[in-house]
Amino acid sequence: MNRRPLFLITVLCFGFAFFYIPILSMMVYSFNASRLATVWGGFSTKWYVSLFSNEQIGAALLLSLQIALISATFATILGTMAGIALARFQKFRGRVLFSGLVSAPLIMPEVITGISLLIFFILLGELIGWPGQRGFTTITLAHITFSMVFVTTIVQSRLIQADRSIEEAAMDLGSRPWQVLKDVTLPVIFPAILSGWLLAFTISLDDVVITAFTTGPGSTTLPLLIWSKVKLGVTPDINALASLTVLVVGIGVALAGWILNRAEKRRAADERLAYQANQ
Amino acid sequence: MTETAPFIRIEGVSKSFGSFQAVQDVSLTIAKGEIFSLLGGSGCGKTTLLRMLAGFEEPTAGRIFIDGQDMAGVPPYSRPVHMMFQSYALFPHMSVEKNVGYGLKHEAMTKAQRADRVREMLELVQLTPYAARKPHQISGGQRQRVALARALARQPKLLLLDEPLAALDKKLREHTQFELMSIQERTGVTFIVVTHDQEEAMTLSDRIAVMDKGQVKQVGSPTEIYEFPTSRFVAGFIGSITAFDATITGIADGLALAEVKAFGTTITARATPGLSPGQQVTLAIRPEKLTISQIRPESGNVIAGEVKDLAYFGKDSLYRVTLPSGELVSVHAVNAQRGDAAVRAPGWYDKVWLSFDPPSAILLTE
Amino acid sequence: MDMPGQANRLSRWFNRKGWSDLIVGLPYVWLVVLFLVPFLIVVAMSVASRAPSAPPFAFGGDYPWINLEGYQRLFTDDLYIRAFLTSLSNAFVAMIFCLLIGYPMALGLTRVSPSARSILLMLVILPFWTSFLLRVYAWMGLMGKNSWFNHLLTDAYNLMTPASWALKSLPMMYSNFAVVLVMVYTYLPFMILPLYASLERLDPTLDEAAMDLGTRPFGVFWDVTLPQSIPGIIAGGLLVFIPAAGELVIPTLVGDAGSPMIGRVIADEFNAVRDWPMASAVSVALLVLMVVPMMVYSHYQAKAGGPK
Repeated sequence: MNRRPLFLITVLCFGFAFFYIPILSMMVYSFNASRLATVWGGFSTKWYVSLFSNEQIGAALLLSLQIALISATFATILGTMAGIALARFQKFRGRVLFSGLVSAPLIMPEVITGISLLIFFILLGELIGWPGQRGFTTITLAHITFSMVFVTTIVQSRLIQADRSIEEAAMDLGSRPWQVLKDVTLPVIFPAILSGWLLAFTISLDDVVITAFTTGPGSTTLPLLIWSKVKLGVTPDINALASLTVLVVGIGVALAGWILNRAEKRRAADERLAYQANQ
Repeated sequence: MTETAPFIRIEGVSKSFGSFQAVQDVSLTIAKGEIFSLLGGSGCGKTTLLRMLAGFEEPTAGRIFIDGQDMAGVPPYSRPVHMMFQSYALFPHMSVEKNVGYGLKHEAMTKAQRADRVREMLELVQLTPYAARKPHQISGGQRQRVALARALARQPKLLLLDEPLAALDKKLREHTQFELMSIQERTGVTFIVVTHDQEEAMTLSDRIAVMDKGQVKQVGSPTEIYEFPTSRFVAGFIGSITAFDATITGIADGLALAEVKAFGTTITARATPGLSPGQQVTLAIRPEKLTISQIRPESGNVIAGEVKDLAYFGKDSLYRVTLPSGELVSVHAVNAQRGDAAVRAPGWYDKVWLSFDPPSAILLTE
Repeated sequence: MDMPGQANRLSRWFNRKGWSDLIVGLPYVWLVVLFLVPFLIVVAMSVASRAPSAPPFAFGGDYPWINLEGYQRLFTDDLYIRAFLTSLSNAFVAMIFCLLIGYPMALGLTRVSPSARSILLMLVILPFWTSFLLRVYAWMGLMGKNSWFNHLLTDAYNLMTPASWALKSLPMMYSNFAVVLVMVYTYLPFMILPLYASLERLDPTLDEAAMDLGTRPFGVFWDVTLPQSIPGIIAGGLLVFIPAAGELVIPTLVGDAGSPMIGRVIADEFNAVRDWPMASAVSVALLVLMVVPMMVYSHYQAKAGGPK
């Protein structure tokens, strides 16, 4: 039976070529000895070497990681709460507004969010004296705000699919609702929460526009650094940086996939053993 | 009228998925206009065989002929075969009418002719008032009828039904059974039904093929399968049966004498061909074939026992009787006469006599 | 009140209603303060007047203290209308191409063997997790005048056209073409993944039923698969269109400075021109334009992702 038509396979091939040719080209040229990023001048790893000794990039990377770590964690906490509120509480005051607030940042253009936060911080500074200087704190607050909604989406849809009967069983056995949440619901949806954290981390690490608006002097995140360099054109040390990023992310994704696959296989094997034992 | 070549011929068909053999060397012939059932538990290969008939799987070996035409390499959309899926598979975005008429666009008909055929089909399954509704707006039983009408609309040579009654509740099941049979009679289409429910197979079919582990164990009419099973598996699969170990002591005239340790006596029963004295066999007897009484019968096979348990259903009773060896046997008795002081029905712990006619039990080798 | 008494009251409040109030309240307050309020400020700002103070805005002298001049300029000044049209058309074209490429890819993913599928899905997810900025950058490398890619295409172009049309290199960078190309490149995973999820949820026995009734594979796709995936297509399309319309990074890096997109206009008004009220007015106008698509999106996203 023809379930694998040639046309679809061809499109898949072209699609993946489209995805990866630019990336592979960039990776190849990161070993380009010539400074002209687009003309091959021989093999060299000097750009990687200069990358590792570049203090600016090191500082920016550190800052980005710190911001990402903190904002991802808080975004996950708040986002999970919001997801629970929307998925488990049927009616509460202002629910409509709340779900609107949770879905708007997902598709609102970042430039508008960026401007609004900047104006907000400036006015707030005038009004109560804080924040006096924009920087780490304001960036983190901004990141938490717009990445928590992504966590909410993930957690909410996971909760809707989850099996309610185990929560009911817990309540039947005497647990109060908040204990059920702590003991039963959260552990079961933990993988979703974890992937929410990872998503929030990546979004924060990668953000350019909102960070650009809410940053202040001295707080240059890695994306901002790259942004300023890239506006001037293609440079080979960025090639090297990009290639390293792709490599790290690639290993991460492959690792995650392999772990998930192993867990799935183990579960299937356990189920099979149990089934056979009962025959 | 002489029988020409059978309508459907399945010759030596096997199907393997990797190292797993789902169907092993199955050969069947099915006559035109028959209702034929493939009966078996899950994993016996009946669904795989059905899918090979429909064209969704190709046999690894063997051939399938429908009305004389070899179906090798013929895709599902080119076969004169249609299927009523277990989940009904109705198109959710189309109305009942559109669902039923869906296959007709591949037939050379005018728009008016198609509309007529759809109307005819809806009348056949009594769904005319629901023509404009969508699948989620009708009940499960109604959805099944739409699936049936849709499959019959193109007047196929063969209709395949995958567990047709499985999703219906008891009342609906009985009603649908008769409806299916009457529709089949009216249209004359050959039906092949796949089911795990032996009651379903027995009531619906003209003939049944009992399958186990990819092989056909026995083919026959419901009576043949029930009364004359050729193997312990088939005997145990249909209806209830109690089986005892027995040793043949003599053979005469299609009947055999066998010593049954559980009974403590020698009995006479029907024998499958090819048995010889001294052979270890199985005596298979159905609960309704045993008579239970507190007066010792004059003739036939007689066994002593004591009532251990009984379940009274009103119209009939089921007894569990302890035999001399300690083993239990089930006896089913119809309460045909009103309870009478002189002929009191057996109760708990009563000593009773069980008897059966020789032809009512069989000695099997497998 | 004594300590144990207070602790008791707190625990009782928490157990009965407090815990749920906390769960709803904390994120709610956060979003209101850090999202809604700033947004409302922008709306208010759009009717303020520009002023040479710091911050550079003021609410004008007499009643009604609002200045609608900004909104007026949106319609009278050519720049804004052109920018809106450019943005909408670029976003629309990008959406169409994402659909044309992404839908077959998502469909193909549902049809390959399970082992191939997990690897291919990882390959789709990988760009998604890689830095967006760096992916734009990768294309900048390819589109540049001296890149091997450009040389390749130029040679092919020169082969196929008469000598008088020959070029030294194809002018790809700093054009709407580049913007659309890069937008398709970066937004494609956002189209493929949700489409794949909704296509994967479809019932394969429906395909078999259609084939059983005489329909060939392409007909099965047209009659059964496509109609059922319409909610997913609309949701995926809008998920690309709406953010693309307001893009800033891509037009700045590879776009035509002469015909900017609206995101760039907003940023320029804000940063370079320091006309906050105008920037706010343009932002509000963009959002108003996006309201209807946003609502259509939530409607179809629920349909596409909801349980059957």
